Amino acid sequence: MVAGGFGVGKTTFVGAVSEINPLRTEAVMTSASAGIDDLTHTGDKTTTTVAMDFGRITLDQDLILYLFGTPGQDRFWFMWDDLVRDAIGAVVLVDTRRLADCFPAVDYFENSGLPFVIALNGFDGHQPYTPEEVREALQIGPDTPIITTDARHRADAKSALITLVEHALMARLR
Amino acid sequence: MATPPGGHHPYDGAHQSQGENAQNRFNFPSAPSGQGGMQQPYQQPQSGHPYVQPQAPRIQPVQQRRRPEPAPTSGNHNPLVRPYAMTGGRTRPRYQLAIEALVSTTADPARLQGQLPEHQRICRLCFEIKSVAEISALLSIPLGVARILVADLAEAGLVAIHQPGGDESAGGQPDVTLLERVLSGLRKL
Ligand SMILES: Nc1nc2c(ncn2[C@@H]2O[C@H](COP(=O)(O)OP(=O)(O)O)[C@@H](O)[C@H]2O)c(=O)[nH]1
Ligand SMILES: [Mg+2]
Repeated sequence: MVAGGFGVGKTTFVGAVSEINPLRTEAVMTSASAGIDDLTHTGDKTTTTVAMDFGRITLDQDLILYLFGTPGQDRFWFMWDDLVRDAIGAVVLVDTRRLADCFPAVDYFENSGLPFVIALNGFDGHQPYTPEEVREALQIGPDTPIITTDARHRADAKSALITLVEHALMARLR
Repeated sequence: MATPPGGHHPYDGAHQSQGENAQNRFNFPSAPSGQGGMQQPYQQPQSGHPYVQPQAPRIQPVQQRRRPEPAPTSGNHNPLVRPYAMTGGRTRPRYQLAIEALVSTTADPARLQGQLPEHQRICRLCFEIKSVAEISALLSIPLGVARILVADLAEAGLVAIHQPGGDESAGGQPDVTLLERVLSGLRKL
């Protein structure tokens, strides 16, 4: 999973490593109190569409890695529960100029127990803060990798994914 | 706040005891007070260790994860009327399909005659293996609807479904061997 605040580079990241252009798939949320099977009562429902980015990497003949850029809107977290179920882990993208935007994602993954890494996406090559400064600011434990990345570059995105899978493997073996 | 109906929102109902936090927790602009000190984390470092002040957890502990129901759709807005019609008004697949479940068909194209156009489109797409998410994206069908249509096809024997990571006893998480394969695959890219 690729998570982070709005505009932090999720779509860019997925596009950089995916072998297909990032696809957008949409889930439709209906706001209503009851009766989802009762189509006659659609009058006062409102629907909201949530888009998520979606990419894939074929790793072997019978092994495909899927990338899901999570819906940005924080109120659609329940969708993440679906994604997180069989996921290897998450890359939480962070723009250090807007550090607070990543809090909800960090909270979510800490609580769900899904392995995650923090990737500082340096816009215009700027990395104003060191990973250790960010670790302290976010109060992230020493086991969680914090790396710098440029979401536009395939090699960077790939390396972020490798760091994540290594971390997930370590967590699994521990 | 938009929630899926029917009380399946993982953060509804069961969380009522958390009062306002349950509403605000993820709504960052009006986030709980614990985040106040973090918004400009690199300013005013007068006190030496500005970031280590005791703080409320960024959010309350998350309830045991529950599987959400597939996203329902409504006939409210025009683009959605059609997909809903496609599913005959059903909102849940008969079994839960993961969005990354892989779908393939080996069905004789002749058998597709007489199927719903949407079913035919999915089948044609899945001559090459596709995930449910891809089907949704490529055919511009909402995810919840794609799940239902794929489930229909599976039931009719027109597609085969490969549900990944279905081992619930392992918490659904990929095993070590799989992780190692993914890692070596990524390194070879
Ligand atoms: N300079 C720079 N721009 C970036 C980088 N990553 C993303 N962007 C740009 O930031 C904007 C938002 O990125 P996007 O991937 O759409 O963010 P999302 O909302 O998280 O999906 C786009 O215009 C990107 O081109 C980066 O590493 N450096
Ligand atoms: Mg995006």
